[in-house]
This record gives sequence, C-alpha cells and structure tokens, in this order.
Amino acid sequence: MKEVAVISGKGGVGKTSLVASLASLAAAGHRLVLADCDVDAPDLHLLLHPELREVHEFRASHKAFVDPESCLQCGRCAAYCRFDAIHAGQVDPLSCEGCGVCQWVCPVGAITLREELSGRWFISSTRYGPMVHAQMEPGEENSGRLVTLIRQGARKVAEREEAGLVLTDGPPGIGCPVIATLSGVDLALVVTEPTVSGVHDLKRVLDLCQHFRVPAVACINRYDLHSEGTDVIKNECHSRGLTIIGYLPYDPTATAAIRQGRPVVEFPDSHLAVAVKEMWGRLEAFILALSSPDF
Amino acid sequence: MIIAVASGKGGTGKTTVATNLALATAGERPVQLLDCDVEEPNAHLFLRPSIDHSVVVEIPVPRVDPQRCTCCGLCADVCPQHALSVIPGQVLVFAELCHGCGACSLACPEQAISEVGRSLGAVEAGTAGSISFVQGRLNVGEAFALPVVRAVKKMADHQRVVIVDVAPGTSCPVVQALKGVDFCLLVTEPTPFGLHDLTLMFAVVQKLQLPAAVVINRAGPDDTRVQAFCHENHLQVLMEIPEDRRVAEGYARGIPLVQTDPRWAVGFRQLFHDIVRLAERNPG
Repeated sequence: MKEVAVISGKGGVGKTSLVASLASLAAAGHRLVLADCDVDAPDLHLLLHPELREVHEFRASHKAFVDPESCLQCGRCAAYCRFDAIHAGQVDPLSCEGCGVCQWVCPVGAITLREELSGRWFISSTRYGPMVHAQMEPGEENSGRLVTLIRQGARKVAEREEAGLVLTDGPPGIGCPVIATLSGVDLALVVTEPTVSGVHDLKRVLDLCQHFRVPAVACINRYDLHSEGTDVIKNECHSRGLTIIGYLPYDPTATAAIRQGRPVVEFPDSHLAVAVKEMWGRLEAFILALSSPDF
Repeated sequence: MIIAVASGKGGTGKTTVATNLALATAGERPVQLLDCDVEEPNAHLFLRPSIDHSVVVEIPVPRVDPQRCTCCGLCADVCPQHALSVIPGQVLVFAELCHGCGACSLACPEQAISEVGRSLGAVEAGTAGSISFVQGRLNVGEAFALPVVRAVKKMADHQRVVIVDVAPGTSCPVVQALKGVDFCLLVTEPTPFGLHDLTLMFAVVQKLQLPAAVVINRAGPDDTRVQAFCHENHLQVLMEIPEDRRVAEGYARGIPLVQTDPRWAVGFRQLFHDIVRLAERNPG
C-alpha cells in the first residue's frame, strides 16, 4: 500500500478539487482509500458526498478546572502558568494547554484536569472508495494528533479492503497538522500557483519535504495566469531536481464544478479535465515506480 | 483598535484584504500590520517592508543534569507532551515535542532539570511607508507555531490601528491570533467550500464573542448561498471583490488592488469606517 499526500503550503490553490478528481480517475483502475487531513477546514466531503459508517470521538486535550470552594486565591497557579491561561481562579479554556502545572503547584489541591472533546473522526463510504475524515471542535488544539488518527484509520481500512493507495488531502501551512500529514508518506504531490504568495509558500513546503525526506512531485495550477511566475516555479523545481507532473490551466469550470459539488473530471470536455487526466497518467507512473505489488 | 482578518479556508483573500485595508487606512490614521500567518507569511510580498530588526522566538526546554538525576521517572510522568523518556541510567529529552510548560523542572525532586532556550522561529519588524510592519516566521520543520504567533501579537502598538493577518484554519494558532482583537473580518468566497469554512470560522468568533462582518472575494452572480448565510446570522457583507481575471493577475504579480485602481482605495477606506462603526456598536 502506498500513501500519497496532496499538500501546498499556500491555501486555496486547488488541493481539494484535485484530490476529488484524482480519486475519480484512480478508482477506475485501483482500489483506494481517501483521507481528509485538513481537520481545521475539511472540504473534500463537499465533492465526494460520503455516507457516514462510523463516528469516533477524539479526546486528546485536557483543561484545568478550579474548585471555587477550596481555592484560596493565592495566585500560585497564575504565577507558574506559562500560557497566561489562569487568573484569580478563572481558567481561560482557549489558552489552557492542559499541562497540569497549576494542579502541581496548587497548595490545597483545588485544581483538577478534565479530558475534553476536541473533535470527531469518521469512516465513510464514497463512490470511489472508503474515506476517513474528521472535524475539530472550533478553536481546539491537537490537530496534529487528529491527523495521525485519520492516517492510522485510513491505513487500517486500506489493509482490510486490500487497497493499494491511500490518497490524502492535506492542510495548508507547514506546521503541526502538515508535519503529521507528511511524515512517512511515500510521495507528496505539491500543488502551487504562479503568484508571488504561491512561489514563496512553495519554497517553504518543499524545504519541509526535504527536511522530512519525503519524495515530492509538483503541479502548477492556473499556470497560464502569470507566465513569469510559472518560469520561477519551473526554475525552483528544476534546481531541486523535482518533476512537475502537471500544468493545469485557469478555467472557470473549476469553480462551476465546486458549486455543483462534483469533481472537475466529470466535465470531460473542459480544458482543466483534460489536463488533470494527463497529470493522473504521470502520477500513476510515479506511484507504480514506487514498486508496490498491491497498487 | 485591533482588526483581525481571518477565513477558515486558505486562499480566500485574507492577505489581499489585510494589506489593502492597511494601505488605504494609512492615508488617514497610523497603521500597523501584524502578519500572524507564521507558517506562510505573505503580507510582506505586497507591502514590501524594509525589515530593521529580527528577534528569535524561543521556548524553554529541559536539560537534565546527569550528576543529580536519579532516574526516578517523575519528569516523564508529568510531561503532557511525552517529551521525556527514562531508560536505565538516563533521561532522554525529545526537545521538538516540548511545549515549554515547565512541569518537569517543577516536579523533579532533585532539582536536576534546568531549562535552555530552543528557537522556534523569529519575529521580524520594520516599516512599509508609514505602516509599521511585524511578521512571524516559523522555522521549517517546527510543528509548534503558537509561541511565534504570541510573540507577534505582543508587538501590537495600541497607538495605531492594528490589522492582524490570521492563518487559515480554525484551531489553536488562529484562536491565539484572534485573542484580544476588537473586530474580526471574515473573508470568504461564494462556493460551497467558502461557505462551509465561513460557517466553521463563524463558530470560532462566536465562541470568542467577537463582533464580525464579511468580505466576499471572487464574487459573482451565480451563488448566493454565502449571502443567505450572512443574512440569517446577521453578518453584514461589507465588501465584494468581483471574480475578475485582471484582479487575479494583479495578485499574481504582488500588486495591491489599491494601486491598480483609485476606486479600490476609496472602497477600502470605506471598509475601515464601516468596521469602526460596527465595532463601536457591538463591543466584543
């Protein structure tokens, strides 16, 4: 089984749309499992319309609670808290990291830690195969751990279903949830666009791939928007020895497809669908070259 | 006054709105821009500031004195991040997992644990014309962005109108950037993705009890679901930026909207006045 993660650094460059289309194309010849690791703002379900099969709670965070009856208002907890999360016996749950230092220093044992619901994760079915996804509670922490749960879940489902490919929609950025999405995958497909932000963020996310020694290929979305920007991306990829496997055109069909809640390859006459199909051919070859007997 | 620009979904135009709002308002009021998207800071690409100083952001991580340590294991037991592990005769520190809470050094009965600084990133400050500019930059490979966001927020200059460019998402770095702001501008786009992520972000601003309003980017006549959501939830739509290939091309080159057409400067100044009006009416 091979894991391919679609990431981007910059948000809004088309990761989710691309994953939905690649899922549709891959499902024609392979068994696959989908994973939506953008747990902060998951959108893949809006194109794949999964049917929920299993719901699991995600409880990873702890919050401090102060018993007002026994609190002496001595202020030791506030003095030791490094996250500015407790004042005069009042806990700010959005700042509390659940580290337990306040509980440790309280002279009268007035503070306890309680486990909180941070989110939920789901196993669903789609017409392209099973999908593992999640939703964080608004403003919660530990998104990296939830990503790790999704990936474990997706691998387990893939083993059970004898699927050769886990295709993952990743979050934007380079921090905690991205690292959790990327570590140990077989291939990263890095999506970018020829804008000044796209180029800047591409460099950082490629540095991240190199840092974690994840092999990567790139694809340029809306490549015809700004030809100088596309040249800069080509040079950047060339200097890193990275293959660009797709040049996807600026095409209003992309937005029209999202509005209808469908992958863009279901509009087969569009320029974009043609380019995505070509790209899938190259990506498939790359995955086959990773030599997995079950793909 | 501190105005945050946030979105849930990435790539909806937060940085476009934050930088143009800063540029348009700077003609009338002293302005500061804080780029709190420390994973991928982009505002500098549009404001082109000169950076005159940079400070490393560190968190304290444990160092164990092997002469004093008895390998009792208490440090590993209290560590919420599992950053310490006791093996026979030795304590292993996994510094990259540490969040710097200090529980281990407090717990150690032998006072064998001291703390040393570990760099997570940097805060860079400078000016872009009359705009005071601050950005955070997380080191590549670091997972823990929160201290860098916190360090950027500490630089807020309350003598100025402070505009905060927030990272995408809805989890802890976003909440940290939104803490203590007076108003949150939510940038979205009229697609099911934009609507879904606006809904999530609206839950966050409600939890934080922040007054908020909406800017719709890439607006067109085809999809009115975002407007309907805003109407139902009493969220005012203060500005619409049309879907226009020329706007996208200007963005691609790093040219702010207010420099492409003077009408945008008028529009963004009006946006600032509308925000002030709403913030005064609904203090958070």
